[in-house]
Amino acid sequence: MPSEHKITINGNPLTFESGETILEVARRHSIDIPTLCFLKGATPTGACRMCVVEVAGADRLLPACATQAVDDMVVQTESPQVVEARRVILQLLMASGNHNCAIRGGDSASWTEFQLQVQQADGAEELCPVWGDCRLQDLAYRYQVTGQDMPHTEARYPMETVNPFIVRDFSRCINCGRCVQACNEIQVNNAIDFGYRSADSKIVTPGDRPLRDSDCVFCGECVQACPVGALVEKDARYVARPWEEKKVRTTCTYCGVGCQLYLHVMDDKVVRVTGVPDTPPNYGRLCVKGRFGYSFINSEERLTKPLVRKNGELQEAGWDEALDLVAQKLGSIKDAHGPDSIGVLSSARVSNEENYVIQKFARAVLKTNSVDHCARL
Amino acid sequence: MTNTIGCIEKADVILITGSNTTENHPVISSYVKRAVTFKGARLIVVDPRRIKIADFANLWLRPNLGTDVAWLNGMMHVIIEEELYAKEYVEKRTVGFDELRRTVEKYTPDYVEAITGIPGERLVEAARMYAGAKAASILYCMGITQHTTGTDNVKSLANLAMLCGNLGIEGGGVNPLRGQNNVQGACDMGGLPDVYTGYQKVVDPEARKKMEEAWGVENLPDQPGLKVTEMLPRAHEGELKALYIVGENPLVSDPDLNHAEASLKNLDLLVVQDIFLTETARIADVVLPSACFAEKDGTFSNTERRVQRIRKALDPPGEAREDWQIICDLSGRMGYSMSYADASEIMDEIARLTPSYAGISYDRIDKVGLHWPCPTPEHPGTPILHVDMFASGKGVFYGIDWIAPAESTDEEYPLYLTTGRVLYQYHTGTMTMKSEGLVDRAPECFVEISPQDAKAYGLQDGDMVRIASRRGSIEARISVSEKAVNGTVFIPFHYAKAAANRLTNAALDPIAKIPEFKVCAVRLAKVA
Ligand code: SF4
Ligand code: SF4
Ligand code: SF4
Repeated sequence: MPSEHKITINGNPLTFESGETILEVARRHSIDIPTLCFLKGATPTGACRMCVVEVAGADRLLPACATQAVDDMVVQTESPQVVEARRVILQLLMASGNHNCAIRGGDSASWTEFQLQVQQADGAEELCPVWGDCRLQDLAYRYQVTGQDMPHTEARYPMETVNPFIVRDFSRCINCGRCVQACNEIQVNNAIDFGYRSADSKIVTPGDRPLRDSDCVFCGECVQACPVGALVEKDARYVARPWEEKKVRTTCTYCGVGCQLYLHVMDDKVVRVTGVPDTPPNYGRLCVKGRFGYSFINSEERLTKPLVRKNGELQEAGWDEALDLVAQKLGSIKDAHGPDSIGVLSSARVSNEENYVIQKFARAVLKTNSVDHCARL
Repeated sequence: MTNTIGCIEKADVILITGSNTTENHPVISSYVKRAVTFKGARLIVVDPRRIKIADFANLWLRPNLGTDVAWLNGMMHVIIEEELYAKEYVEKRTVGFDELRRTVEKYTPDYVEAITGIPGERLVEAARMYAGAKAASILYCMGITQHTTGTDNVKSLANLAMLCGNLGIEGGGVNPLRGQNNVQGACDMGGLPDVYTGYQKVVDPEARKKMEEAWGVENLPDQPGLKVTEMLPRAHEGELKALYIVGENPLVSDPDLNHAEASLKNLDLLVVQDIFLTETARIADVVLPSACFAEKDGTFSNTERRVQRIRKALDPPGEAREDWQIICDLSGRMGYSMSYADASEIMDEIARLTPSYAGISYDRIDKVGLHWPCPTPEHPGTPILHVDMFASGKGVFYGIDWIAPAESTDEEYPLYLTTGRVLYQYHTGTMTMKSEGLVDRAPECFVEISPQDAKAYGLQDGDMVRIASRRGSIEARISVSEKAVNGTVFIPFHYAKAAANRLTNAALDPIAKIPEFKVCAVRLAKVA
């Protein structure tokens, strides 16, 4: 039965289920209310105030993520007052720390100086590592703001690079808290939280130690949640740019959870891996192996040619030579000793289709049922 | 799994045993931790090590190694004695209850305490907690199966779940967590000596006839073949002459490696098809380079029976080819033509021959995978098994007695060893060892030992020790950890250089033929 509850957003009469927030109703009806801190699956905090909307009869703007829809509510999501509030927030954020994408603006002299400083801090000659893949940048563009009208505030904390997987760049952190929620509410690893007060605010591990000396298990959920360039995969930093990548959806090759992930491919190399959001079984979550364990794919040590043992040594050979040899030997062993003198091990590592073909080969061609895999081991 | 991964968050009580969930199935562990932290679920962990997930538990029970049947019988004893079991469910949906009742009769909390070391009152508490749940989910892994009594352990878990009416309901179930990505699929596809796809038995003349007709061959063998753990001894005896291995590395994963190595070397022909020159490939006669998961199309079936796509993102390196293409090519050279345009055509053949996969096609699973059984193209898949009925009609209780592990400690080998995995490595390490980051986090083998034991042996964190069993010895560094309990050390098995399986016992479960990786007796001494 369709819901009886009615709400009006931007003049459109819409239905909602009781308990839904304004944000949820709007998104379900494809009305885009911008958010920075909101993280699906976690408790809304209302921290960033990007999602504020105007509700008729309310004396101030309300955060859509934390305000429940009520019958006959009338909501404006892009009124002049709302837009102005968002612009102020965005300007403040753009002016703090090292947001050196082209959006930041500023007159050309101070821009250059600022840029040089940031590039020095980054050890890079390019714009921000997530330029083109940043919520803040998108929103600044959408609301046409720069950071130039606000006084610049310097970054307070140095970058942390001492682990193999994640670069924590506090100069770009907007303290939205998504990483904290990702860690504590989505993955429940409880490795990070807000630390220090007000202007000194920083995302910290207990004792403010580096991640590698904390309870962090490098699942990378926080990186995936970070809307800006404050948390970036170390190996992809300044390597992978979204417009140069091809994203291929597939299934993790490690454990039996079967997490759905995207391989980001550039120049025939996997450059990073992200979880597929909103999809079972993992709803975007991955672990360290699935997210960061991809370098074997492009490893120099991959086998590239068949090898055949000659004079006691494995030597490169052509496919014809190798396969003819195997065919001939399997044939003669089968003839001389019977099919049960041959065993086949298929694999928990290869696809269903391949397992099917392997057992079909063992049974139909070699005529043996001695086919198994190493799951017992 | 009888239930889905998502279902874990629907449970009131979760019982985890023999699964180091946070390290081996991290994403599943997040469901457990969310259920406990935010949804009010209670968690019972039964594990010989104080593993990370135990931090989230309401109850952590610490059994002696290899005593699972005993504590499970003990829980059932309490549940029956206190009449906490699901009487209606037991009556309507199961048989064999009297046999179970008789068997668990003697497993009083005191008796169980003597065997398992679990204090009687803790056992009672766990039994009440499990039985008191509206829906209770059991999660288990290799810590249950890798025993000489592995099959008994699994049956006992099913007994417990049925006793409390937890099979066939949302949030319930008996849920094995599969270690490798496609173990489920390898089994489903007939990568087993006694069944074709979808567990159709090779001894069944009907099934045989169906395959013979579909494949256009005659005289398919009608007896089950050898299991992997039987193949190697046969090779050792010279009866098995050839072994064709795809994507496996038994020279690190096998129990009693010294024996395994001698067995493989005794073969007339060893062919290894893999992506790397593994320890096993190094001693092969022919090595064939294959494509990895990122270089091919296909499907994997995950631990919740969900059939999901893998997609080609890259070309394989050099001349490497997809595994199915290699096999088809070889088959043609042996006079039997197998030709498929692509992987999706193979899936169509699987669907034609396999009732439980009959409704699965690449079109249907493009966005979200389907749970088998999925018998028709319209069927929505089966997230939860045994909802109204068990596949075989009624659920059967088995009265199972506890049997001691094959090896116990003595004066010469006074410590127990149990093996397992760590978060940052995977199986025999062929893939994870190629990642600098993962290696940096977990660079080498270690022997985890309790602070008290370390003190008794005069050992400090980082000391090099030689650890020996009746079968072999390795050297590794000591890691003093609160995870370990007195009298038992733990070694991860990933590392070829200090392979834990030089020590482990190849004694097999009589039915599943799974080796007893989880219990053996060792001694250790500091290396000067
Ligand atoms: S990587 Fe995972 S565990 Fe570490 S801080 Fe981020 S979310 Fe937490
Ligand atoms: S690191 Fe990223 S996700 Fe975390 S608070 Fe800062 S900006 Fe937000
Ligand atoms: S990402 Fe981690 S939990 Fe998910 S399938 Fe891969 S190895 Fe398993």
